[in-house]
Amino acid sequence: MRVLAALSGGVDSAVAAARAVDAGHDVVAVHLALSRNPSSHRTGARGCCTLEDSRDARRVADALGIPFYIWDLSERFKAEVIDNFVNEYAQGHTPNPCIRCNESIKFSAVLDRAVALAFDAVCTGHYARLVDREGTRELHRAVDPTKDQSYVLAVLDQEQLTRSLFPLGDSLKVDIRREARERGLLVAEKPESFDVCFISDGDTAGWLTSQLGARPGEVRDVTTGEVVGAHEGAYAFTVGQRRGLGLSRSSAGGEPRYVVGVDTASNTVLVGLSHMLDVDEITTLAPRWCGATPVGEFEALAQIRAHGEALACTVLPAMESIRVSLSDPVRGVALGQSLVVYDDTRVMGTGTIGSTRSGRSSSARELSSPASATSA
Amino acid sequence: MTAELERAGNASSLHASGRRARRVVEESRERVAASLGVRPSDVVFTSGGTESDNLAIKGLYWAGRDRPDSRTALAVSAVEHHAVLDPTQWLIDHEGAAVCFLRVDETGRLDLDGLRECIAEHESLLGLVSIMWANNEVGAINPIAEIAEIVRSRGVLLHSDAVQAVGWVDVDASLVDALTISGHKVGGPHGVGALVIGRDVTPTPLLHGGGQERDVRSGTLDTPAIAGFAAALEAAVSTQVERAKEVSALRDDLVARVLELVPDAVLNGPDDTADRLPGNAHFTFPGCEGDALLMLLDAAGVECSTGSACQAGVPQPSHVLLAMGADDAMARGSLRFSLGHTSTSSDVDELIDNLGPSVERARRAGLTSIPTAV
Repeated sequence: MRVLAALSGGVDSAVAAARAVDAGHDVVAVHLALSRNPSSHRTGARGCCTLEDSRDARRVADALGIPFYIWDLSERFKAEVIDNFVNEYAQGHTPNPCIRCNESIKFSAVLDRAVALAFDAVCTGHYARLVDREGTRELHRAVDPTKDQSYVLAVLDQEQLTRSLFPLGDSLKVDIRREARERGLLVAEKPESFDVCFISDGDTAGWLTSQLGARPGEVRDVTTGEVVGAHEGAYAFTVGQRRGLGLSRSSAGGEPRYVVGVDTASNTVLVGLSHMLDVDEITTLAPRWCGATPVGEFEALAQIRAHGEALACTVLPAMESIRVSLSDPVRGVALGQSLVVYDDTRVMGTGTIGSTRSGRSSSARELSSPASATSA
Repeated sequence: MTAELERAGNASSLHASGRRARRVVEESRERVAASLGVRPSDVVFTSGGTESDNLAIKGLYWAGRDRPDSRTALAVSAVEHHAVLDPTQWLIDHEGAAVCFLRVDETGRLDLDGLRECIAEHESLLGLVSIMWANNEVGAINPIAEIAEIVRSRGVLLHSDAVQAVGWVDVDASLVDALTISGHKVGGPHGVGALVIGRDVTPTPLLHGGGQERDVRSGTLDTPAIAGFAAALEAAVSTQVERAKEVSALRDDLVARVLELVPDAVLNGPDDTADRLPGNAHFTFPGCEGDALLMLLDAAGVECSTGSACQAGVPQPSHVLLAMGADDAMARGSLRFSLGHTSTSSDVDELIDNLGPSVERARRAGLTSIPTAV
């Protein structure tokens, strides 16, 4: 196969490309330039985008003896990932930019271009497994549960999956590092990357403020309706957040209060007691199923955040949504995150969380959930 | 040069091996001077074209600013190499320099009226004008004699980056006050070059230290590299006429065949081959992205380039093409084929054999790169 290996400059994509070469593929490397004005060195734990990363990627390609190019996707990344991230936050949602990047950059812009340039597949260092069964390509969780990235890849359709190569899905991260050392790759000891790659200092709230400007508003207790504080921008708050609320008055019982929702219409941050964060029903927007849309209710597992647990649930698929009833309530579900439905290790489908409800758990009153305050 | 690599000796030392190294450097200086028709004392050896350009732009700007009639304005063409544009921008940002970025015509040659307007506008403040002898991307050769007449008659210094021109066209260094040349562009080693600058003009140094080169440039000289540079320059200049003729013929053949094969391809740069560097052929292939085309041709064994290589290799639309009036898409769809004295007609055949399918494929890939509406 002619394989286009995306090299980020990190250890995972380096070993993935090396394995693709070993498998006998004709491999060409590309580094995706996602920032218009890249800084020269890595600061903190960032995954991409510096000139140092691009140099590391080039040295990996040198070591593997494969051609290396840089593709400039910065405009598209800005339009489809960064702007989307800002817009979602402005609407009180909590988007996952990595999913968006996989969906619209890595496995769309890059893959399309690769196919047009006569490549058969795109190879990345994602931790996920591809299993071919009865003419269908299934996406499964990686063997290493701490690194599994099937959640952020669940948006890929059949067409995209059949043109993907994830050589690391069967390996543990520690083995990947060891293999990188054995192969003499200079990136073997490079630190893990966390956080959002385009927010260099990891201060998401501060970065959003620089993008959106201050938008002062009130903080209200959702139970009493009282104004209990002020904020400089509702976008800086995430459902479930407790710190940094700066409340002027404590709750009646002296219990800690959490962000339970954001009313974007009135630019109000709603706070309440911890039990109000409990959610036992989640409904997504437009679902994507791997294969045909399932018919009728079924038992499955749901994951609602990257590196989150798999939650036992009952799934009710519909044309326009996936409704999930959780066996045990979960705390702090943010709108805009993805819900992924798993059958054991297999990804079945996904959708963006559009609303949540808490039925059984709110005993005092039928609390209008955080979702109802923000969902359209 | 290889002989020099085996010898030790600091050309600034007084002992025997130092004196011997010094002799090699001075003989090289004389050979460089003779090749360019200047005096040996006009030749300041540097680490290459970038340093020479920086020394000319910043050094002459500072010297002019510090004159009693403080000259705080300079003019450069909009299509200069980054080694000229970036120090100029730095002078704007950090020293408050007033700058004219001089416009070029659609073929990449300097618009002389723009130059006259700038001189009229800045009058006595203008201290330096820098215009490249020939453009590295589209190969446009500037009318340096006419430019010199306009600039120097007003008492303004003229610098020219002749890195691309020397060895391919006649470069009369006496037309300008300062001239940049580089070793590797004439077939010599990398990491060596010179600023040719008359003794009556003294730029403020960039590198202070031992004062080895006329007190204008400090640093121990790289004797083997300088010997190699001088030999290469001498060879390039002495064989210029016949090499230029041969390479021009090959280039004309390449251009004709490319335009026949891809009828909507656009040849950028001057139409008159007398105004274009012999080895330059620069095209826009509408609907293609230059870097996709480059990748496809590279895989087929044909080496070419988009714009000029820059930081991290991120392809930027060429500032040269943009200054010539091209839009972003045209600039991104461009590719340069450079021919040298080692190029043969079979190289051209190989390019032509691969270009058709590559352009077709790059066009298909180009369609997928159009950002979708969000």
